[in-house]
Amino acid sequence: MILPLLLLPFCAGLLAFIVREDRLRRGLLVWTSRMHFFFTALQVWGQLSGIHGFTPLQALQGGAAPAWFAFDALGLLFLGITSLLFLGASHYASYYLAAEKRDPGEDAEGLFVFNNAPEAVFTGCLLLFLAAMTAVTASRHMGLLWAAVEATTLLSAPLIYFHRHKRSLEATWKYLLICSVGIALALMGNMFLGAAGLKAGGGLELGGLLAGAGGLDKPLLKAAFLFLFVGYGTKMGLSPFHTWLPDAHSEAPAVVSALLSGALLNCAFLGILRVNSVCAAAGLADFTGGILALFGLFSVVTAALFMLGQRDYKRMLAYSSIEHMGILSLGAGLGGAAMFGALLGALSHSLAKAGLFFTSGNVLAAEKTKRISEVRGLWRRAPRTAALWLAGFFLITGLPPSGVFLSKFLILRETFERGQYWLAGTLLFFLAVLFAGMAKVFISMVFGPREEKEGGKPFTEPGAMLLPALLFFLLVIGLGLYLPAWLGGLLDAAAGGGL
Amino acid sequence: MHTFAELMIVLIILLDMALAVTGSLSSCIRLVAAQGVVAGLLPLLAAGGATHTRALVFAAVIITLKGVVFPWLLLRARDRSGARKDVEPLISYPASILLCLGAFIASSWLGSRLPLPESGVAWTVPASLATIFTGFLLITTRSKAITQVLGYLVIENGIYIFGLALFVEQPMLVELAILLDVFVAVFVMGIAIFHISREFDHIDTAELSELNDWRRGEYGK
Amino acid sequence: MEIVKPFCQYLAAMTLAPLLPGIVNRVKAFFAGRRGQPVLQLYFDLYKLLNKTPVYSRTATWVFRAGPVAGVSALVMALLLLPFAGRPSFLSFEGDFIFLIYLLGLARFATVLAALDTGSAFEGMGASREMQFAVFAEPAFFLGLAALVRVSGQTSLAGIFGALTPETWRQAAPVLALLTASFFIVLLAENSRVPADDPNTHLELTMIHEVMVLDHSGPDLAYILYGAALKLWLFAALIACMVLPRHSGSWAADAGLFLLVMAGVAAAVGIVESVMARLRLTKVPYMLITAFAFSALALIFQMGR
Repeated sequence: MILPLLLLPFCAGLLAFIVREDRLRRGLLVWTSRMHFFFTALQVWGQLSGIHGFTPLQALQGGAAPAWFAFDALGLLFLGITSLLFLGASHYASYYLAAEKRDPGEDAEGLFVFNNAPEAVFTGCLLLFLAAMTAVTASRHMGLLWAAVEATTLLSAPLIYFHRHKRSLEATWKYLLICSVGIALALMGNMFLGAAGLKAGGGLELGGLLAGAGGLDKPLLKAAFLFLFVGYGTKMGLSPFHTWLPDAHSEAPAVVSALLSGALLNCAFLGILRVNSVCAAAGLADFTGGILALFGLFSVVTAALFMLGQRDYKRMLAYSSIEHMGILSLGAGLGGAAMFGALLGALSHSLAKAGLFFTSGNVLAAEKTKRISEVRGLWRRAPRTAALWLAGFFLITGLPPSGVFLSKFLILRETFERGQYWLAGTLLFFLAVLFAGMAKVFISMVFGPREEKEGGKPFTEPGAMLLPALLFFLLVIGLGLYLPAWLGGLLDAAAGGGL
Repeated sequence: MHTFAELMIVLIILLDMALAVTGSLSSCIRLVAAQGVVAGLLPLLAAGGATHTRALVFAAVIITLKGVVFPWLLLRARDRSGARKDVEPLISYPASILLCLGAFIASSWLGSRLPLPESGVAWTVPASLATIFTGFLLITTRSKAITQVLGYLVIENGIYIFGLALFVEQPMLVELAILLDVFVAVFVMGIAIFHISREFDHIDTAELSELNDWRRGEYGK
Repeated sequence: MEIVKPFCQYLAAMTLAPLLPGIVNRVKAFFAGRRGQPVLQLYFDLYKLLNKTPVYSRTATWVFRAGPVAGVSALVMALLLLPFAGRPSFLSFEGDFIFLIYLLGLARFATVLAALDTGSAFEGMGASREMQFAVFAEPAFFLGLAALVRVSGQTSLAGIFGALTPETWRQAAPVLALLTASFFIVLLAENSRVPADDPNTHLELTMIHEVMVLDHSGPDLAYILYGAALKLWLFAALIACMVLPRHSGSWAADAGLFLLVMAGVAAAVGIVESVMARLRLTKVPYMLITAFAFSALALIFQMGR
C-alpha cells in the first residue's frame, strides 16, 4: 500500500502541470485526494487488524530487510491526519479555485490589482506537496526524512505565492530562506547522528538506530538532537524559530494556510519525535524531554504575548498554531500520558485549525479585509460563516467537549501528577491569556455594530466551502466525546513508539 | 596526499574569508562556486588513491552542480534582476576578517572538544564549522536576496565538508535526494529573486519588511 | 674557519643588497616596454650622494642628523642575524627573532623621529601614516615568525631556517604557504612597494615613506636609500630561505641558488608593481589585516597539529 500512496499524488501532481482543462484538473485534484484517503484508510485498517498486539517495532522487524519506506504507528497516525486534511482541503480548493477564476485579481487590501499564479502550477504543487508529506510520514531513514521535509518546503513555497503581490512574495521569501537554513541545520544533526552510531555501525536507518540505541555515543547524540530539534523546530514553528510562520500563514490562500498549519507543522513534529524516540531509547529522555518542554512552554508564552493586540485575524490563527505546537512539544517532552495527549492534540488541532482557516477564507471573501478592526457584525452578512467562525474559536481554545480540550487536559494532568506545579501554573495562565485575547477578537468580529459599506454586494455563502470546516469541527467534537477503540489503540501504540 | 587535502582545507578557509569581505556580487558567486568545487574534490584527495567509481561519480555530480549549474543559475538571476550593484557588507573589512578568524579559532576549540571519530585529514571539522559560520555571516550582513542564497549555499558546503569529516556514509539514494533538494532550492530561490526584482524593482531584502506585528503603516494601521 | 664563511656571507649581503631595487626597476621597465635604468643604478646614486655635502634646516636638531645613521646601523645590525641560504648566520642566539623585530622597529623609530624633527607638516603626515601601517604590519610579521618557531622548534633565525627541510614542506605545506604569502604582503608594505605605497610618486599627499625623507640630502639620503635596500634584502631573504629549504651540502651551490631565488623575489615584487594599482590609503590596513589573518591561521594550524 505504500507505493500507491507515494506514487499516486506524485504522478497526479506531474499530470496536473500538463492538463489544460480547468475542470478536469480540479477533478483530478479531488479524486486524487479521495483515492489517497481511501488507500490511507486501507493501510490503517490493514495494519490495525492484520497484526495482533501491534507495536511499531515488531511490525517492522517482521520484514527481512529494513525498509526505507514503511509505516509504524506514529507514521500511520500522521499519514491519517495529512490525508484527511488534504481530502477536505482539495474539496475546498476546487471551489476556491473556481471562485478565484471568476473574480480574479482583487487585492484584499484594495491597494492594487494583482494576478494569481497559473492554476496548473498551484494544483500541481499542491499534489506534489501531498506526495512529499506522505514521504515524510513513511520515511524510516533519517536522511530520507530530511530530504522529504526539505521537499515539502520547496513545494509549498509556490503555494504561498499564489496571489502574486508584494506581501505574499515577502512571506514566501522568508519562508523559503528561514526554513531552508533551518533544515540545513537538521542535515548537520543527521551527520552528528551518523557519527554517533559510527562505532556501533548504525547508519541512519531508524529501525537500526532504535535497536542499537544503547551503543550510540551520548555526547554526539545530544548534539544531533539539538541540531535536529532546531532544524525541524524551525519548520514546526516553535518559538524563537517561528518568525516565518505568521507571515506565511497570513499571506497564503486559506486552503494553503490550512495545509501548512494542519499537516506541514505536524510533519516537522514527526521529525522531532523520530529523533526523540532514538534519544529516549539511548537513555537520554530527561535531556530531550527538558528541551522539548522548555521550548514548548516558551512557544506558548510567545504566542500569548503576540496574540494580544493582534490586528490581522489570519496572523492570529498563525500564532494560535504556534501555541498548539508549543503544547505538542511540551506534551512530547513530558512523555507518558502527556505524549498520548500530544498526539491526540496533533490530530484535533489539525482538524480544528484547518476548519478555522477554511472559514477564514470565507470571512476574507465576505469582508475583503484581513484586518480585525474592519470586520464587525459578521453574523449579519454571513450568518453560517459566522457560526462556524465562533464554533472554531470554542474548539481551538479548548472548551469542552472537544479533542483539543481532552489533549490539553491530559497534558495538564500529567504535569500535576509529576508535581510540576510551576509548569502547570504558567501554562494555565498563558492559556487563559490566549483565550482572553482570542475571545476579544472573535466576539468583536462576529457581533459588534456593523456599518454597511456603500455599494456592497450581498454575499452568498457557498455551501461547498463551508462543508469541510463543518465536518472537521464535528470530528473534533466527536473526538472529545468518544474515542473509538481502534483510534485509541493507534494513539497508544504511537505514543509508545514515540517514547 | 594528505598534505594536498590540507592545502584544500586552507583554501576553503581562505575562500571563507574572501567571501566575508568581497563586495562584488559576481565575484561572490564565483567564490562560492570555487568553494563548492574544492569541497567536491576533497573526498577524492582525502581517500588518497583508493577511490572507487561511486565516489568519482558523486564528486563529478557535485562539481558540475556546484561549480557550473549553480553559478550559472545565480548569474542568470542576477542579470535578469538587474542587480549589478555591489553588495558591500554591513560590517567593515577588518571586522569581517577578524570574525572569520575568531570563528575558526572557536570552531577548532569546539572540534577538539567534540568526541568525533578520528578523521584522516586534520582541520576538516573546524574548517566546516567556520564555513557554516561564514554562511550565516553572508545571510545576516548582506542585504541582497541573492547573497542570502549564496549564504545558504555556503552553509550547505560547510555541512557537506562536515559530513566528509565524520565519514558518515549515506546511501547513494539519500545523497542524491539531498543534492536534488539543494538544486531545487537554488532553482526556486532564483525564481523568487526574479519575482522580487520585478515586484520591488530591486532585490534588497531590507525592503521586505512590510509583514510584522508592530508596524503601524498603511497595512498594519 | 667557522667565522670566515658567515662573515663572507654577511659581506655579500651588504654589497649585493642594492642590486635588488635595480632588478625590481628593470622588471617594471620591461613590463612598461621601456629599457629602464641600469641594474647598478642604486650603486651610482649612493656614490654620488656620499660625495655631496648635506644641507640642514636651521630648525632641525641633532635628532634629524642622527636619524639616518641610527636607521641604517639598526639594519646593518639586523642583517647580522639573517641566515644566508640556510647557513648559520654571523650572530645567532636563542630568541633572536624578537631582537630582529625590535631592530626593525628601532630603524623605523629613528626615521620617524627624524621626520618629525623637521617640523614640516608633510613629513609629520608621512610619519603618522608610517606608524599607522606599522601597527598592522608588525603583528602579522611577529605572528608569522612565531608560527615558524612552532614549525621548526627553534627560536633563533639561523636555527629556524636551518631546520626547514623539504620534509617540513611535505608535512606542513599549508602553514608554510600561508606564511610565505603573509611575509610577501608584509614585504610589500614595509618596503613601501606598490599596493601599499608608490616609491615613484612624488606627490606628497599620496606618499608614505618617501615623504618622510624629503628633507634629507647628501650622505644622509644615501644612508636612507641604502637602509631601504637592506630592508628589502632582509625580507626577501626570509622568503627565499622559506621557499628554498634544500641544503645540497655544497656551499657554492646553495649560495647560487639562494641568490637566484632572491632575484626571483625581486622580480615578483616588480611584477606585482606592474600589474597592480596602488591601493587607496584607507585600504592599505585591509591588506595588512589580511596578512595578519594569514599568519594567525598558520599559527593556529601549527598549534593544533
